[in-house]
Amino acid sequence: MQKSKVNWGASIFLILGSIMILFPLYITIVIALKNPQEIAQSVLSLPKKLHFENFIIAIKMTRFFRSFTNSFIITVSGVALTILTNSMVAYAIARNMHKKFFKFLYFYFVSALFIPFAIIMLPIVKQTSAMGIDNKWGLIFLYIVYGLAFNIFLYVAYIKSIPISLEEAAILDGCNVWQVFWKIIFPLMAPINSAVMVLSTLWLWNDFLLPLVLLSKRDDMTLQLVQYVFQSQFRTDYNLAFASYLMAMAPLVIIYTVAQKWVVSGITKGAIK
Amino acid sequence: MKSKSSRIYYYMIIPAVVLFFTFHTYPALQGIFYSFTDSKGYGTYDFIGLKNYINLFKDGRVLNAYFFTFKFSVISTILVNVISLILAIALNSRIIFQKLLKSIYFLPLVLSVLIIGYIFNYIFTYLIPDAGKAIGIEVLSKSILGNPELAWIGIVFVAVWQACAFNTIIYLAGLQTIPVDLYEAANIDGASGWQQFRYITFVLIAPFFTVNMVLAMKNFLMVFAHVVALTGGGPGRATESISLLIYDGGFNGAEFAYQSANAVIYFFVILIISIIQINFLQKREINL
Repeated sequence: MQKSKVNWGASIFLILGSIMILFPLYITIVIALKNPQEIAQSVLSLPKKLHFENFIIAIKMTRFFRSFTNSFIITVSGVALTILTNSMVAYAIARNMHKKFFKFLYFYFVSALFIPFAIIMLPIVKQTSAMGIDNKWGLIFLYIVYGLAFNIFLYVAYIKSIPISLEEAAILDGCNVWQVFWKIIFPLMAPINSAVMVLSTLWLWNDFLLPLVLLSKRDDMTLQLVQYVFQSQFRTDYNLAFASYLMAMAPLVIIYTVAQKWVVSGITKGAIK
Repeated sequence: MKSKSSRIYYYMIIPAVVLFFTFHTYPALQGIFYSFTDSKGYGTYDFIGLKNYINLFKDGRVLNAYFFTFKFSVISTILVNVISLILAIALNSRIIFQKLLKSIYFLPLVLSVLIIGYIFNYIFTYLIPDAGKAIGIEVLSKSILGNPELAWIGIVFVAVWQACAFNTIIYLAGLQTIPVDLYEAANIDGASGWQQFRYITFVLIAPFFTVNMVLAMKNFLMVFAHVVALTGGGPGRATESISLLIYDGGFNGAEFAYQSANAVIYFFVILIISIIQINFLQKREINL
């Protein structure tokens, strides 16, 4: 194998192409750091003075910390509970697929993947507000329940690849199914759990539609929803709007920067099962 | 002992089934039920049979939303898959700064569609027209988002920009499953670069191609946040997607029953397209 031969054509193509990705991000950062006069003079130039006060004004205006806390609680607890519950449900199904009832349930959950949210959207809003769960707790709950469709599909495929002999040995040693799952199977599922973690985190943090239709109180708003609600109030204060966007994107960008390998392998495992 | 262990399996699964039925299946059934009524979402209602369904096919706004959504989805799906495949092949070759370039191209994966949409909204509204005026290109000197004929292009652009990251990752994973010696053998046999792509790469990544095509099409058919952030469905109703129409008509237009009927049709459309795609693409996988 000739290792040293660099493909210069591909390299130059990719370097030039990366401007397409970086340019909008560059614009976002420089606008967030300028004042309106500077933006009027030139959008593209680097800011002469860094106007960090844009961030402070945006934080106060949108009550950033409140919506950040909401998004944080929703994402962290939603993802953790999704992994704990969905994996267990999938385990019960995967190990009983020879029974008609469990096989039916598998197809029941997975076929829901083809049902567009639009058909549920109008009735679920009535239902959740009648039940008094049109708030962030209801939102977390719905994410866990709706995640079942895709996650059962992922988990069942993975659990099938774990040899059953381990569990039989544990049962002979006197463990019940419950203990077998939590002590033996759940730890073995770490790779697929991390895939579910990545995919769910991206979904919960960036989701816009479900918070939009479900949340009725301003106090429950997520970061995404705040950007939408404040769109009219930012008006032409693009520096404030872009500072606000940056802060809403920052947490996942930071996680991505430090754990890119983990994020990418999570996506790969999740999509190719 | 045996019966006790199987009882635990039922404990593990029954709550999930009950909750999933209550919060997913039941509302879906309710949507179907109300689609045969004249309910506004509140107050009393009567059964009106298939009237909503018949009216849907005569409603210009509905037909327009389906036309826009199909046009958007087909074009975006093709573009995303072509561009992602090119990017994946390039990223998989021996390039300089490989790690850095991968991080850049995968970054849009973690960015929210809504916010990306707002950023591009600014670019399309201010930066591109300014640049267009400076260079003297007539078409670019006005915001494409304000033009009913061109606004959809802006939405396709943002959708493709954002979705390429995911699809490139999948194709890259596919490319890495292809053994290098296949290409070495092809080189010895004197196969051209295109022949190698056509008869080795494209054949062996067939399953990944299926996954990407089906997922991309399904996601694009449900497009919502892109449209909200870029055009709000406008100008006029030129870029109103089906999801946005159901949302807007259902919540703001007191068309609960009518839009429920629309959602039922929409469900069948997505189902049929997905089944056709999966059948077609899997046949291709086998035939190759």
